[in-house]
Amino acid sequence: MDTSDAPESTPRQSTTSSLTDYFIGTTPLQKRLESIRKQVSVLPTPPRRKIPQGSGLQENVDPQKVAFLLHKQWTLYSLTPLYKFSYANLKEYSRLLSAFIAAEKQKGLAVEVGEDFSIKVIFSTLLGMKGTQRDPEAFLVQILSKSQLPPQNREGKVLWTGWFCSIFGDSLLETVSEDFTCLPLFLANGAESNTAIIGTWFQKTFDCYFSPLTINAFNLSWLAAMWTACKMDHYVATTEFFWSVPCSPQSLDISYAIHPEDAKALWDSVHKTPGEITQEEVDLFMECLCSHFHRHFKIHLSATRLVRVSTSVASAHTDGKIKILCHKYLIGVLAYLTELAVFQVE
Amino acid sequence: MNTFQISPSSCKVKQKPSDSKTILKQNPVEPHEYVDDQVEDSLQMALQYFEKGPIKIPSRKDKILEKHLKTVENVAWKSGLAPEAIDILLNVALSGKFGNTVNTRILKCMIPTTSISEDSVVKAVSWLCVSKCSGSTKILFYRWLVAMFDFIDHKEQINLLYGFFFASLQDDALCPYVCHLLYLLTKKENVKPFRVRKLLDLQARMGQQPHLQALLSLYKLFAPTLISVSLPVRKKIYFKNSKDLWNSAVLAVKLRNQHSFTEPRKLTFSPANFNPLKRKWKSRSVTPVLNSGSYPKECGKKEMSLSNCLSCDRSLPLERLQSFPLLLKNIHCLELPSQMGSVLNNSLLLHYVNCVRDESLLLRLYHWLNQTLQEECIWYKVNSYEQSKEFANLLDTIIRAECFLQEGFYSCEVFLYKSIPLWDGLCCRSQFLQLLSWIPVSSFSEMKPLLFDHLAQLFFTSTIYFKCSVLQSLKELLQNWLLWLSADIHMKPVMSSPLQITLDASMNSVSELIHYVGWLSTIALRLESNSTFLLHFILDFYEKVCDINIKHDLPLVVLFPPGIFYSSLLSLDTSILNQLSYIMHKYHKNLIAAKKKELVQKAKSEFSFSTKTCQQFNHYLTTMIGCLWTSKPFEKGVYIIDSKMLENTEVSKYKNSLNLVHHPSLLSYAVSFLLQESSEERTINISSIREKKWHCYLDYLFSEGLQGLKFFIKNSIHHSSVS
Repeated sequence: MDTSDAPESTPRQSTTSSLTDYFIGTTPLQKRLESIRKQVSVLPTPPRRKIPQGSGLQENVDPQKVAFLLHKQWTLYSLTPLYKFSYANLKEYSRLLSAFIAAEKQKGLAVEVGEDFSIKVIFSTLLGMKGTQRDPEAFLVQILSKSQLPPQNREGKVLWTGWFCSIFGDSLLETVSEDFTCLPLFLANGAESNTAIIGTWFQKTFDCYFSPLTINAFNLSWLAAMWTACKMDHYVATTEFFWSVPCSPQSLDISYAIHPEDAKALWDSVHKTPGEITQEEVDLFMECLCSHFHRHFKIHLSATRLVRVSTSVASAHTDGKIKILCHKYLIGVLAYLTELAVFQVE
Repeated sequence: MNTFQISPSSCKVKQKPSDSKTILKQNPVEPHEYVDDQVEDSLQMALQYFEKGPIKIPSRKDKILEKHLKTVENVAWKSGLAPEAIDILLNVALSGKFGNTVNTRILKCMIPTTSISEDSVVKAVSWLCVSKCSGSTKILFYRWLVAMFDFIDHKEQINLLYGFFFASLQDDALCPYVCHLLYLLTKKENVKPFRVRKLLDLQARMGQQPHLQALLSLYKLFAPTLISVSLPVRKKIYFKNSKDLWNSAVLAVKLRNQHSFTEPRKLTFSPANFNPLKRKWKSRSVTPVLNSGSYPKECGKKEMSLSNCLSCDRSLPLERLQSFPLLLKNIHCLELPSQMGSVLNNSLLLHYVNCVRDESLLLRLYHWLNQTLQEECIWYKVNSYEQSKEFANLLDTIIRAECFLQEGFYSCEVFLYKSIPLWDGLCCRSQFLQLLSWIPVSSFSEMKPLLFDHLAQLFFTSTIYFKCSVLQSLKELLQNWLLWLSADIHMKPVMSSPLQITLDASMNSVSELIHYVGWLSTIALRLESNSTFLLHFILDFYEKVCDINIKHDLPLVVLFPPGIFYSSLLSLDTSILNQLSYIMHKYHKNLIAAKKKELVQKAKSEFSFSTKTCQQFNHYLTTMIGCLWTSKPFEKGVYIIDSKMLENTEVSKYKNSLNLVHHPSLLSYAVSFLLQESSEERTINISSIREKKWHCYLDYLFSEGLQGLKFFIKNSIHHSSVS
């Protein structure tokens, strides 16, 4: 028992008091904490969203680059804000990153057969790829193999592509100072070993953190509903869902394909509020699909796990893989993914 | 990922090693018993025959051999063979005692009832080394091994033969089958650079064979850095089905196994349980290595003139920062690390972080820590022992840093909020609770639904030890808050209005925390039926609470709830009573000090002690004095107990029974006091301790180390006699 009155330890003598900060909430960190408290206490996603309208792309966007982003499978990552990243130094970054990659490749036990590694790294901005004016400019990183061909065929083969973007990522922006660039969504296409090397370089250089971004069944249902709701001039793919049944030794996948127009008709029948989607509508939409399936096959899909959704707009896998097909709704798709990434980063 | 699918069923086989001792013991339906006996006998004979080998080689040999073979085949296809039988027959088939056709037939009917012992397989493989059997037998054996792989009870020994199997890849005919076996057998530690090279050589020689690609892709999965050749991503059929020979048999065995397997198999909706990136991105430790950040700065000012370069302070690279004096000398020109997470392991930099308070520095640390905790947290995903070790280490590092800074990190607070709903209360318990005690002061009512409500659920449903450790860490939390607040108050003597608000708010938070603990403790005492052990932890907490006003100079006095007071007062444990007395004594002093302050600073009453607090304390005090001193228990105060009810308890002299002499926790002291006084007397009369003896007895109690009681009695009795 402590009968003496000696103090336990000398109180901390910090230079600036943080007490006021805690209660007044002036610092960015404090704001962040507030927003997290709110987030944790309410549902992770707002119960209603807008249906993606029109293209939403800014006017100065380069159509060639946009085309380049479509029809490719991207692996998603969330990314914390980049510290001291500057758009003025993209050339310099290209140089540094290619040196880093070369060093990494030589250091490791590369058992690549044949040619030695000669690559080129290109950083370029994706002008206009943003939701609001406040969103920082998206940018693209490409690794090309330097071809041995004569200079007129200089365009080497693209080995790896990755891009960073933020579409309506305002909420994250509010909680950082100007030293940071917020591009919470990162998409990569190419060998994972390359993603690892490049990610490591970014982490070391801009003190950021990459985490794989998965899309859980809840969010997949939202995507399915939103994409079905999109108005399309013509459909390029059937609407398809994949459910996974956990069973051993090999999991069983159930594929459920619907004619896109039928899916749209179903959606229109459950959809009430114009221009908006609510949680109830999403639930109802999925419920209808499942009960239809049950009527025919006597299988309760609700007892399984939704793992993939593909529509004419885009397709998404729960592992965090996405393929965007429709140019018109590119921004809409990215906005939702940015939201997921921001949620993970916070 | 084909390899991993196999494992569940192999685990299952382990379940019943003894069950299938021998086929002789299997006892199916009764009417067939006789027939079965016969079958078993003939099987035994067949086995003996094969074991000993053909005695002579007459032309009639074929007939006997044929008969025994038939027997074995029949039994095997019908109900499978026991591990012992398989052991014998494998030996026979691969030793080359008989011809090729016989060997083939034997191998084809090597169907286990439920499992195959690993030893038999190892023995069989050893036969392959002496090359007594033909190539086709070898192939068949490998095919059999692949087909029955799931039914082998253990695989450790077989895995040790990995090198042998790998060497067999040389044999072009065997190659596909060995590949398949290796595909099933490969573990991460089997993937070696020289093996990768060998496989690539083979591929160069034989072209892109699907079986080689399968093995390579598995290797790549385990060690992506070792293999940079691109392999077809799409899953396709790599191996011809080796099982086709035994398809129905394998099914039958599986059915049998499933039957004997009572526990339901766990089917998990395994969420995308990929490894954290760290593992794929091959960084060795969780916390980054210390590196001075040079890239961004250099990039920013590329064209630095020579004079500029010479004149400006050369900043000190972190790698050279070795001692505290060096830090002090260079504190103005220190290069911060490129990855803020690395400061956690460096105490010098923690000093720096503590005094710099740069917002972006804290933000970088915040983000890094936040994501790392999220990614490493083991109760979010299926995990391994190694991973949980790593996570505990990470938490330890963070806690060390927090203790060093005497301050909590925001990210940890966020982590607690996010992870407590999923926490089982077991995993990394001590770390989790320590993190809890470092939460910065903030609004308790806001934190309650996020954290403390979840904690309460765990608290009530867990063991007494968990309850005690939670109370312990809440005590530490309270102490940390008090230290921060008292440091803050004294830093700013001028009472600016915003601080005034915040002080009120924070004192409110502290008092809410104390009330919360009071609520937890009261219920816990009831749940644990007034456990003394628990009571100690509760009173430890109140030892901090009772002295807030004087020790920390903070305007707050919160009393304990009646449930705790009465449980302590009526406890059978002396030290509890002693601790209670000490706490009462401290409360007394604190309240008097507060009253004085109130009189002095009448104009601005920092806080008002509600008269209720005073009343409540007075009630406790009179009750305690009434019980211990004046022998008039429960006559005054709020809870007056009707004397009739006390009489009904049929305790004679109930009035005395809680005083300092008769109190159950002090009775033993009274006895030994009397014995000490007059050891020759054979009977002792406890009631004889009165008047003068009473005071001697008190001195005796105090000399026995009951300091708390001493403080209490010296203070209160004196005061009460005055007033």
